[in-house]
Amino acid sequence: MDDWRKDQELLVMEGRIKVPYRWFAGEVGTRYLESLRDAGKFLGTRCSGCDKVYHVPRRNCPDCFEECSEWVELGSSGILETYTVVRKHHPQLAPLPLPYGYGIIKLEGADTGFLHLLGEFDDKDLEVGMLVEAVFSDARQGNILDVKYFRPAKGVE
Amino acid sequence: MEPVAVVGVGMTQVKRERKADGYPDLVFDATRAALDDAGMSIDQIDNVVTISNDFFDGRTISSMAIMDACGSYDKNVTTVEGDGTFGAFFGVMRVLSGSYGTTLVCAHHKGSESQMPLITNAMFDPIFARSLGIDAVTSSALQARAYMAKYGITEEQCAMVSVKNHGNAFKNPIAQLPLELTVEKVMSSPYIADPIKLLDCCPISDGASAVILASEERAKKITDKPVWVKGVAHCSSAYQLGDRNLYCVCALEEAAKKAYAMAGVSEPARDIDLAEVYDAFSYMEPLWLEGLGICERGEGGKLTESGRTALDGELPVNASGGCLSGNPVLVAGLNRIIECALQIRGDAGEHQAERVKTAVAHGINGPCGQSHCVWVLGGEK
Repeated sequence: MDDWRKDQELLVMEGRIKVPYRWFAGEVGTRYLESLRDAGKFLGTRCSGCDKVYHVPRRNCPDCFEECSEWVELGSSGILETYTVVRKHHPQLAPLPLPYGYGIIKLEGADTGFLHLLGEFDDKDLEVGMLVEAVFSDARQGNILDVKYFRPAKGVE
Repeated sequence: MEPVAVVGVGMTQVKRERKADGYPDLVFDATRAALDDAGMSIDQIDNVVTISNDFFDGRTISSMAIMDACGSYDKNVTTVEGDGTFGAFFGVMRVLSGSYGTTLVCAHHKGSESQMPLITNAMFDPIFARSLGIDAVTSSALQARAYMAKYGITEEQCAMVSVKNHGNAFKNPIAQLPLELTVEKVMSSPYIADPIKLLDCCPISDGASAVILASEERAKKITDKPVWVKGVAHCSSAYQLGDRNLYCVCALEEAAKKAYAMAGVSEPARDIDLAEVYDAFSYMEPLWLEGLGICERGEGGKLTESGRTALDGELPVNASGGCLSGNPVLVAGLNRIIECALQIRGDAGEHQAERVKTAVAHGINGPCGQSHCVWVLGGEK
């Protein structure tokens, strides 16, 4: 079977699957994203069983499996729990010019971390446990990129 | 648990790009090899579990496309989308149901045919995370940083894992990427996403593998070298990365506890002779070894430094070269099981470790090891 292959490039079919979706943000997601867009405020939900505050908000507590029915307003700054600085990334994925960062941020008033982008930093500035603050986008559209990124907190002036 | 045995195993060579073989061809080669290893014909297989992922393959319910290749005509087939350890876990349950004496489990993956960052980005929540561009590498970097910051694990210690596993791969003919490395070479490779460098990452790979599982009664008729599933367990944790302490692998700790209880392993560091863990990135090996209870939390780096996990150490880890030396996703976990089985049988060839009676195979699903599956395998029931 192999003889004929010596002078033969094997064929490759190019393809691309492109299927439109509509992801419904639901009641909880809509209230959260609307608050980001219209008020520039982060909201979480509190579990009626164990009092844990979830951000991003959700309907049920995965730990005690009660309903998270109470809305809580959170701060727009928080503790950087972990981070990375991205040096190389797929051009179709990188949302900011390289290098940029990802962090998990526990916002003031929340009990869970929030995955988002990091910007406006010098590498040597970043440290686990530091305070970072949200920078909002100028034209907000009701999605998670209404938060442009988090940056090292400048402190109260 | 009623005894279930691994009675046949088959792996294709793992390569960066296998253009001559479509994925059904790879599945056929692996299935054929497992049948030959067991000395069985396809008629003796009672049912089949296939492991695939639609997004990787570029078609919906992709398992449809390999029915010919795994010999499943006129048989009951079920499909698992996830790592091979989870698919094989399902295979064990099918044998335990009493309805099937033998189960063939096969997995395939062709990383060369798609773009891994775009596909691993799609595992994240489409409303709250996907548009951030996060993927397998960048999310793992967050876990690596959290682990290093919490316990003082160093990049050098992680580099040692890469040196060790790429070195072991020279002795494994199916491994894709044997490399002669030093800690300095790994440390000076470019950062992809701090603290993960190029030589801390597994390659993109093509490959397939298959395992045949059998009840005790059938196993005795098939082989005189059965490898027994002494304990197996699977635990999940939170999907959203911020819901977990990424440095604490609680789901793995739970899965290990359950698997060890079934297997009668009371002191893992003493009772286990060899481990194959899912080291897609170098930091994962020490972290998973902590979760597996082979050392205390935070001690994984020192364990690597001590040389105990080397091929000639007391507890060789990833003697095969691990995922770092070839990572056909989904297949990777099944290969961990197969490597353990070969080691227990004494059939591992050049990378055979000494005195392997009990071995642990481990696989993960989901970002940063959201779910873990732990297998304890042994030569005696």
